[in-house]
Amino acid sequence: MAVKNKIKRGVSLYSFQEEYFLRKMNLQDILATVSKLGIQGVEIIGDQMVPAYPDVPEVWYEQWHKWLDQYHLTPTCMDMFLDWNKYTGRVMTDEEKYQSVLKDIKAANRLGCTVIRVITHTEPKLLERLAPEAEKYNVRLGVEIHSPFHFDHEYEKSLLEMYERVKSPFLGFVPDMGIFVKRFPRVISERWVRDGMKPEIAHFVTQVYDTKTGLETMDEQIIKMGGRAEDVGKAGTIRHMVNTDPRRMLDFMPYIFHVHAKFYEMLPECREYSIPYEEIVPVLIEGGYSGYLSSEYEGNRHIQDAFPVDSTEQVRRQHAMFKELLGEA
Amino acid sequence: MFDRYMIVGEEFKNVKDGGKVTGFQVGIRLPYYRGVVLSLIGDMVISVDGEKIPTDKMKVTIGGKTLPLSQLEHEPVAKWEFGNTGILTVDKPGGLKAGEHVVEYKQHMKISYVPSGFWGQDKKTLQITD
Repeated sequence: MAVKNKIKRGVSLYSFQEEYFLRKMNLQDILATVSKLGIQGVEIIGDQMVPAYPDVPEVWYEQWHKWLDQYHLTPTCMDMFLDWNKYTGRVMTDEEKYQSVLKDIKAANRLGCTVIRVITHTEPKLLERLAPEAEKYNVRLGVEIHSPFHFDHEYEKSLLEMYERVKSPFLGFVPDMGIFVKRFPRVISERWVRDGMKPEIAHFVTQVYDTKTGLETMDEQIIKMGGRAEDVGKAGTIRHMVNTDPRRMLDFMPYIFHVHAKFYEMLPECREYSIPYEEIVPVLIEGGYSGYLSSEYEGNRHIQDAFPVDSTEQVRRQHAMFKELLGEA
Repeated sequence: MFDRYMIVGEEFKNVKDGGKVTGFQVGIRLPYYRGVVLSLIGDMVISVDGEKIPTDKMKVTIGGKTLPLSQLEHEPVAKWEFGNTGILTVDKPGGLKAGEHVVEYKQHMKISYVPSGFWGQDKKTLQITD
């Protein structure tokens, strides 16, 4: 039985990217589905499902809010990108970066979101300068902590240093639970095999990840086992995954106001194959976390070659797990 | 991410202008999980039956705009929305012969948070029916 807590459940519409990309579901279909699944919070990527973002027609925002009312949904977080490389031949000036994120803050406010997921490596000095605007528009700026980075990486440390100095409740982190990949996702290794990797090599690479041993000699070992250069390249994926201790979040709790509940494969028994939510959720409860657990399904890209993608069922299973772990009736 | 959906075969056909076949077209989608401004679209490498199409023979139509590929990098405002199909038109008098053709498409995306960006690729065997 879970301890009493104030954690809320939400979903990033990113989870439905396969169906949206293939035009099998439009935005309204997805919102209706989320509502039917009994999920309250909705997170959206501006550049993914908001047409013409960031120069969004007012009429679109009006429709968005009608749908949110109709389906009883709460907007939670908007995900931004800072395309500092979009002017060919030069990088954005500091002022252009400031104006770009300011536009995101205003858009998030218009969407009804109170959090922006800030893309990794956004400079601390830029966020510090934006803090008053974030407060004015009631939008908290949370930098995503996403593999291969983690709490103890230099960039995250430089942010924390600034946060501790500035002490703004509008600056913080959005950790992606993909920093807690305990077991290598089998949807990835099975895809490798379908793409021509020898099963014994896929098994070997999985073992290297799961046991944290042999990474230094992995590439040569793959070649010795008869692997191709392509296989060495694919195996390199494990260098971009991390398996850190969920308890590390406890030290950052005051700065965590949104969580990306990344997942690769929800099993029929409503457990994630590789990310141990049964260890993660109790840590969030212990830390007094009161924001959203926002589902991020990312298995579609690994199975779409051989299996039908059913994002709705995958999200349903994850929320069945959350309900159990959060002690919801 | 969406590599296998990059080539849209339904749009593969010869293109006529004033009764003469001036080339052919194919539908294309970007492999990335969000829409981007056109200047973030990197190199586009297209080949048909193993033969690479010269960049200056191609133009792309997206969101009501038709541009030569060399123009894309100068478009930091116009967007290619997530999942939208663009039409790539190839200047090739006479077009392609009726029958089967192997189309390959490689796309580089300039992504600010990934130092080298990333590549997507697709390969499909398609039919020219006319």
